[in-house]
Amino acid sequence: MNIIVVGLSHKTATVEIREKVAFSPNLIEKPLRDLVALNDIVEGVIVSTCNRVEIYATTRDIAGGIARIKRFLADHHRISLETLEPYLYSYHSEAAIRHVFRVASSLDSMVVGEPQILGQIKTSYGYAAEYKSSGIILNRFLHKAFSVAKRVRTETKIASSAVSVAFAAVELAKKILGDLSEKTIMLIGAGEMCELAAKHFLNSGAKGVMVTNRTFERAERLADEFKGEAVRFEEFLQHLHRADIVLSSTGAPHCIIGPRDVQEILKRRKFKSMFFIDIAVPRDIDPLVDDVENAYLFTVDNLQEIVQANLAQRNLEAEKAEEIIEQEIGQFYKWLSSLEVTPTIVALRNRFDEIRRAELDKTLSGWKDLPPDGEKRLEALTMAIMNKLLHTPTTALKQAGQGGRVDLYVDALRQLFDLQTCHQDDGELELEE
Amino acid sequence: MTHLFFSLTLGLYGCATAAYLLCLFRSSALLTTWASRLLLGGCIAHVLSTVHLSNQIKHLPLTNMQESLSFFSLMIVAAFLFLERRYKVTTLGSFVTPVALMMLIASSALHAELRHLPPILQSNWFWIHALLAFFSYAAFTIAAGVAVMYLIQRHFLKTKHFGALFQRIPPLETLDEISYRCLAVGFPLLTVAIISGSIWSEQAMGSYWVWDPKQTWSLITWLIYAALLHGRLTIGWRGKRAAIMSIIGFVVLLITFFGMKHSITW
Repeated sequence: MNIIVVGLSHKTATVEIREKVAFSPNLIEKPLRDLVALNDIVEGVIVSTCNRVEIYATTRDIAGGIARIKRFLADHHRISLETLEPYLYSYHSEAAIRHVFRVASSLDSMVVGEPQILGQIKTSYGYAAEYKSSGIILNRFLHKAFSVAKRVRTETKIASSAVSVAFAAVELAKKILGDLSEKTIMLIGAGEMCELAAKHFLNSGAKGVMVTNRTFERAERLADEFKGEAVRFEEFLQHLHRADIVLSSTGAPHCIIGPRDVQEILKRRKFKSMFFIDIAVPRDIDPLVDDVENAYLFTVDNLQEIVQANLAQRNLEAEKAEEIIEQEIGQFYKWLSSLEVTPTIVALRNRFDEIRRAELDKTLSGWKDLPPDGEKRLEALTMAIMNKLLHTPTTALKQAGQGGRVDLYVDALRQLFDLQTCHQDDGELELEE
Repeated sequence: MTHLFFSLTLGLYGCATAAYLLCLFRSSALLTTWASRLLLGGCIAHVLSTVHLSNQIKHLPLTNMQESLSFFSLMIVAAFLFLERRYKVTTLGSFVTPVALMMLIASSALHAELRHLPPILQSNWFWIHALLAFFSYAAFTIAAGVAVMYLIQRHFLKTKHFGALFQRIPPLETLDEISYRCLAVGFPLLTVAIISGSIWSEQAMGSYWVWDPKQTWSLITWLIYAALLHGRLTIGWRGKRAAIMSIIGFVVLLITFFGMKHSITW
């Protein structure tokens, strides 16, 4: 049994294509049932996020299975296969395992290390388990993928640094102000990035928000949203000393906070450090503010640099993650291959026994003066020969099952003796790693 | 026995210092744990060595430079181990364990001659004075280490340079808080140490204050820390200014400790 993956992602397809082949989670039951109803497809899981659509399946026939899934994707979304095909990638066996482990560990994400993808795969697997489109192999496979992702997360620092500007601002503020739980934020002007940063600060425990805006109503509206306090723009400097974190993004043509203002404000708050972020272009806060002692001013460019550095760091960590994944692939592949051992042994025995029986019957039917115990003795003789002949290959196969190179043996035996094995659907063969 | 424990202490402090210095360049939980364990082990050996020595000489080993340096070192390590558990500041170890190690090495290099306790030191006021002085010294040493870290971190923030060391040094506010706590503990101790010292001086020499270099420099040290604490509480001196003053205070303290001999003792 082989694992195959067919899909497309942000790396191969534009968003226009991705949204065309996306599956809606509310309507996932029918495609899952259709998928496992396909010829040669035994189990199937459909993962559909805004960055990727992928189908994980098990099949006996790799090429046929992949072709059928491609066709299924095209038909289901009513796109011609010719249009869709260039965007699709497919993997089988080890490469398929590697791909899914990497995706779950967020190594294949647009932002490497982002945490959502694991949850999305878990949800997708949840549907497959609910509608019983996944079976023994995919169940085991995806649980393994989840544990690999967890291992990557705990053993590497792939997700430990901030890779968005808003989050970088929070991290930086923590390096100055320490614990943010008693800190107050002042939002000057309204901008998407400011609001996002304010949300991040509040999520990190900041105590309160003051909002000011040239149009007081907007300030009030935003203050309501954050359960904060609206401050009139004309008066904001009088309130600034209460703020530890200042986020500014007004459309003002010149600076609205100068070094002198900050000096005054710091004196009022007994020189407790203040953290300024200026998102506006042209700037709202005079760059000289950064020269004031205990005031720390950062621009978007500074934050952007941090983000870039963190991304570089993540890529380094990603290499460690790849190593972990390689180890885990080996283990899982061993288990997957071992599933084939017993059915192959049984089939081999059956084949030998078939021949033995046929030849024995032929001999017995033409034998006139057979002694009374002759049939019994011939039976015993042929059985003994068969058992002796089978002993070595059976042992070798079982040992190969422990060792991991079993697929080679299994394939050779199947071809040499023209074996048809039926896959066992119970879990008794699981080799615990 | 004293010697054995002392050598063990020296070895463990050496390893711990190396580990803490390595922590500056490499972040690994294992390394951090072991640095702390080695230092704790060293500290225990140090306590045993000190107790054993006190037993031998029948008084606290605070009466000559060799003993004093060792005790100073022990106090620094103990104070750091406490703060490390309280504030999770591994990097502080990279700044203060080398100081403790150097003091211990200096102590081991000095020749110890067995001698009788000068009668002048046989006063309870002397022991109170010496013990409290060392407690306060340890607090001020930590404060100075924290101040150096503060200045480094502040430099990174002002120049917008966010390297690996920046990530490892604790937040400015945490450093500021530790520094304040150390001063708040160290200053009253120093005050009482100076008062008890002058009482002892009166007993020994008949005068509370004789303006010998040790007393004069002690007063200067006290004035610097008094100014720092006062500025902090009333005006809100913190940050760079407080850090620099704290370092100056520590330098003056070292001058007082190493350079100025009591005209009355040795």
